[in-house]
Formats: sequence, structure tokens, C-alpha cells
Amino acid sequence: MNERRMLGSDQELLDEHYEKVIAEESVCISDNLVYGKPETLTSTPMHYCPGCGHGVAHRLIAEVIDEMGIQEKTIGVAPVGCAVFAYNYFDIDMSEAAHGRASAVATGIKRVLPDRYVFSYQGDGDLAAIGTGETIHTCNRGENILIVFINNGIYGMTGGQMAPTSLVGMKTTTSPFGRDTHEMGYPLKITELIAQLPGVYYCSRVAVNTPVHVRKAKKAIYNGFKYQELNKGLSFVEIVTNCPSNWKMTPVESNKWLEENMIPFYPLGDLKVPKKEN
Amino acid sequence: MKELKLMKGNEALAEAVIRAGCDAYFGYPITPQSEVLEYLSKEAHARTGMVVLQAESEIASINMVYGAAGTGKKVMTSSSSPGISLMQEGISYIACAELPCLIVNVVRAGPGLGTIQPAQSDYFQAVKGGGHGDYKLIVLAPATIQEMVDHVKLGFELAFKWRNPIMILTDGALGQMMEKVELFPQIPRSFEIFEWATTGKRKERERSIITSLHIQPEKMEEINIHLQNKYRAIEKEEIRYEMRDCEDADIILVAFGLTARICRKAAELAKEKGIKVGIFRPITLFPYPYEVLNKLAGNTKMFLTVEMNAGQMLEDVKLAINGKADVEFLGRMGGIIPTPEEILLKLEEINQGVLQNE
Amino acid sequence: MAKVKGDIVIDIEKCKGCELCASACPQESLELSRKLNSKGYHYIIKIEDNCTGCTNCALVCPDSVIKVYRRTEKSSEKVATITNVTGDLTVKVK
Repeated sequence: MNERRMLGSDQELLDEHYEKVIAEESVCISDNLVYGKPETLTSTPMHYCPGCGHGVAHRLIAEVIDEMGIQEKTIGVAPVGCAVFAYNYFDIDMSEAAHGRASAVATGIKRVLPDRYVFSYQGDGDLAAIGTGETIHTCNRGENILIVFINNGIYGMTGGQMAPTSLVGMKTTTSPFGRDTHEMGYPLKITELIAQLPGVYYCSRVAVNTPVHVRKAKKAIYNGFKYQELNKGLSFVEIVTNCPSNWKMTPVESNKWLEENMIPFYPLGDLKVPKKEN
Repeated sequence: MKELKLMKGNEALAEAVIRAGCDAYFGYPITPQSEVLEYLSKEAHARTGMVVLQAESEIASINMVYGAAGTGKKVMTSSSSPGISLMQEGISYIACAELPCLIVNVVRAGPGLGTIQPAQSDYFQAVKGGGHGDYKLIVLAPATIQEMVDHVKLGFELAFKWRNPIMILTDGALGQMMEKVELFPQIPRSFEIFEWATTGKRKERERSIITSLHIQPEKMEEINIHLQNKYRAIEKEEIRYEMRDCEDADIILVAFGLTARICRKAAELAKEKGIKVGIFRPITLFPYPYEVLNKLAGNTKMFLTVEMNAGQMLEDVKLAINGKADVEFLGRMGGIIPTPEEILLKLEEINQGVLQNE
Repeated sequence: MAKVKGDIVIDIEKCKGCELCASACPQESLELSRKLNSKGYHYIIKIEDNCTGCTNCALVCPDSVIKVYRRTEKSSEKVATITNVTGDLTVKVK
């Protein structure tokens, strides 16, 4: 066990100590840093459960904001659901919307501040159940914003109830015998629905369960912000993710379950990409 | 030079919105106020560059207002009763997040889908909350189209002074009728950037968060106390009312908005019959002029509240008078406007009772 | 001492021990500690010195607790890094 890695949370102190001790041998010098927490992410520890995909999704958004250098011009909209505290983690101006209304709030912000980058961050209950109307109309108007849609097929914050995107047969606290389509309808592929709308410029489904998927997810989020910069209209990025606590699995198991069950039903990839301009 | 025009209530209000330097309007069509959205759609953008957006619902409208108001812009919406009911969740959020905005309710009769005819049955909803939690709107009740115009300007001023949502509570009759108005000159749109607003976090300041979520009860109580203190201060500073012939009146009519106009005619008729009738008209429904009304109950022992509802402001009149005098009520519901004659009849009946008792 | 290609620094106080990094590490060099951090989580530690600096662990970490370093051509030119001043001071000898 390596003692030098257990000094505490103060990264700078840790780095300094680390470098002093083994300055010449160490790889851990700032020139060699290839991956670290983005600046737009605050140092507040996240309230999410261990292994929850929200954290990765947050980090990717923050990384893109950092890389594009748009921290001072970005305004985020947090949903109701697990990500209700998202504004604690992004070092940007943020507005906390009522349940399902994030895209309407984002519309309001973008319309009066058209030169700012506006994104909403919403879960499946927020975006695909209570806020379906706002979501579809915001997309259909082609608001020049980015919507990040976190789909884990369950209500996390309220304790594991069935979501519109819960898979058939999936056991939740309100579908304790599994989602029965006769009684409870079918999982809603809202992203497929949204991709049909002419106001939507870019629509993609990604995941964050493996390093490869994380890289692709970041690219999709980058595209969303970039198209907004170019005034192209609405970008919609669905991130299929896990909910270890409410799926009642370990984080590693949940990512495996996601790969075997969620992704086959919610296939990853671009649903709508801009036509090549000649 | 005075700019006088003959205008329909809703259109005059919309004209005032443009002239007040409003930055954005979000709304959804509903009778009897659709002319506001129509007028703005036609006029506003070309004249001041203000944003006018027809939303997919009142729920979306009020949340667009929430988002835009959070940026420190002058924003508003308008609707009529059922639409305002749909907005209540958003209004509660706006009140808690202390965002300035203007909400116009051109009231129609309820409950339910009701009718498109005018009513005053949203008094409780406007004054006593409407949405969840302890919050207050500053409620302005215009009685003329001139006042509808002036209240738009005043409303925006109060909204930013107190960082509080303002409601103009008018009705379908005022919205639809035509009257001569004097328009105020165009106020240029302000591009002031507020520290508290979400405009993009600049390096020199902390990030702005617009939220009504405070999960620690101690913090949430602190927020509530802060709001209540603000409402007490508003009660001290912003009470507005109008009094007519109240000093030596036998009976004082208490009415707001449209009914106050009808009461004026009824008072004239009563004067011809030898009954001395005063009129007390609250202009702000929150803050309500309790004290003034209470003082009036020193001389006058009989009050008649006239409303286009089942007796909503009546409760505040009774609270104000607090047993010092008798309070009678005349109300019409379902979109019926009381006539001066029926008010006169009621006045005569009350007067007879007073004489008999003497 | 063998040339180290990569290395990581873990903010153990913020680690929630979800082990996603361990399952993503191609070198199998991460493991949960038996000790607990102040939040009561077993935190992740590096048990092997075979890190290649591939960043997989940091990519999947939901709490951004992992910093990844990788030796680059640029840094191999250095002979010393002095850190008792503000920031790094690199001395190059020709």
C-alpha cells in the first residue's frame, strides 16, 4: 500500500508533497498531467450515490465548457430529480427549474440572452414524463440550446419508482412485479421521437459506462455546445446511465446490466446529424 | 404633449408593456385576454426588439418567465383565470426565488372552465397565495383602462424595487371595453446587469444561482422569515387606495376594479334619494389597506362590499373593520356584472334598516 | 527503479469506493483499501506500479477523484523539478 496517496483531500498539498519526495523519479508533475478535474466543476463533493453516472455526465459538460472557454457565458438549468443540486457542482450561473420545466426555463433564458450558451440537464422522469410537453415543444421550436437527457430508467430521488423509460419487466417500487405493458404501457423512446422534429439539429444517444463510451459522450456534448455557438438550433444528447442504488446492484454490476439490457433497447449512436454542407 | 388615444383595455395594456421597456413576453392565448399576445406579436419586436413568444401552455409561459426573470430582464406574462391556475406552481417558485416579473390576470368567471364573461372570483387566488407555501404577490387592481396602462409601469417599478412578482388583477370587461387613455412616453429598454442574475459567471463574482430549494429546514425557515419581513415592509410602503365622500357617509361601499366604477354610479343615484354614500376602493389588494378601512369604521357604521364573486374581498373588509361596524355584501357570480340599480336597491334596503334601528 | 510510464493521484477523501475505475483499469492495478475515509467509504488505491497513464480510471470515475499523469517526451528532458516555489520551476541542462 502506498502511503503517499493517503494524505487527504487537499490536492495541491498532496501534489507538492508527492513531488518533493520523489521529484526526479515521479511522473506526477504538472507537465505530465493528462487527466484531472475540470475547472468548471466545483470542489464540492457530489451527493450522488457511489458509481452513479451523473458524476461523469457532469464532468464531461464541465470539461467541454473548459475546453471551449465559455464558463463566463454558460448558463445551466437544473431539473427536479437526483440532479436537482447540479448547481452546486458547476461553477457557472445556474437556474433550478420546477419539475419538468427545465427546457421552458432554458427557453426563457436563451431568448433574452441569445449570445449565452444555455443547457438544461434533465432526468427521465423530468424530461420524458412530467415535462414531455415542454420538451417536445422546445425541441420543435428549435430553440438554440442543448438538452442533456439522463436516462437510467428509474426515479432515483424519490426512491426507485417506475419511470417512463423503465424497461419491460423491470422491477421498481411501483412495478414490484416488473413493468407490465398491459397495465403500465411501454418504455418511451423519447429521443427517437425528438429526432423526427425539424427544429432538432443534432440528436445523439451515448453512455458513460466504459472509457470508450465516455469519450464518445464527451464528443456529443461538445457537438451540442458547438452547434449552439453556430446558431444551428436544438441539440439533444441522451446519456443512458445506471442507478446502482435503485437497481439494487453494485456499481460494477449495474454497468454490466446497462450494457446487457438498457443499451440493446436504447441503442447508442447518432439519431440525427447535420447534413453535410457543400 | 399628452398622447391621448381611444383604446381597448387589453390593447392599451399591451401598448403600455412596450412603452414600459419590457424585454420579454411569454404567453398563451385564452379569452378574454388574447389581444395582449396578438397586439405584442404585431407591434413589439419591430419597435423595441422585445421578445414575444407564444408558448405551448401557461405552464411553459410562466416557466419561461422564471428563466428570463432570473437573468434580471423585465419580463411578463398575461392570462385569464384557468390559465393563471395552471401557472400557480411557477408563481410560487418565482416568489421564493425573488424574481421580478409582471403577471396580468384578466379574470373570467369560474370555477372550472366557467365562462369567458368577467368576474372577480380570482381575488383569493391572487391575494391569498394561489400556489403552495407562504408567499405574497403585490396585487394591483385597476378600475379604468388608464389605470391598466399606469399599473404596467408601476408594476415593473415595484417588481424591481422589491424583487417580487406583481399581479395586475383586472377582468374581462376592462380588457374588452374601449376608453380614452393617456399613454406615457416610451421608456428605453434597460440593459442593466444585476449581480444576483444568471447572466454568465464573470471572474470577479460568485456564481449566481436561481433556486427555491433549500433542503435544510433551518435555511428554509430563514428564507421564509426574510420573505415575510419583505412583505411587512411592502405593507408599510406600498398601500394604495382611493376614497370618495367617506367622511360623513351613512354607508360606505367597498369595491375594487370594475365594481368600484359601478358603485360610483350607484352612489350618485343614492345621493338623489338622500342617502349619503361613500366609496372606498383598494387599489393594492396586497398590501391591503386594513388600517384606513378600520378608521373609517369609527364614523360610519354600515359598509356594503360589492364584488363579482361569492364574497372574497369581503373577508378582508371584515378583518379590517373587526366588528366596529356592520358589513353587508352584494355579489354577482358566473360572469354577471351587478347594475347600479341593484346596488341602489341594496343601499336603500340597508338605509331603511339603519333608520328603523334608530 | 524501473521507469514509470504513468501514475495517478487519488483524492481518497472524495472517493466513494464504487470500483468502476478498478474494473476499467486494463493493468488491474487498482483495488479497494481496507481502510475507510472520513465518509465511511473504502477508498480506491493503486496496488501495482504498472500504470500506463491510459486515463481509463479517471474517465469512468463519477466523482473526479483521479488525476492521471503520463511521462511525455517533453518531460523526459528535465533533470529536476523544484517545487519549493510557487508553481513548478523546471531547470534544463544542456
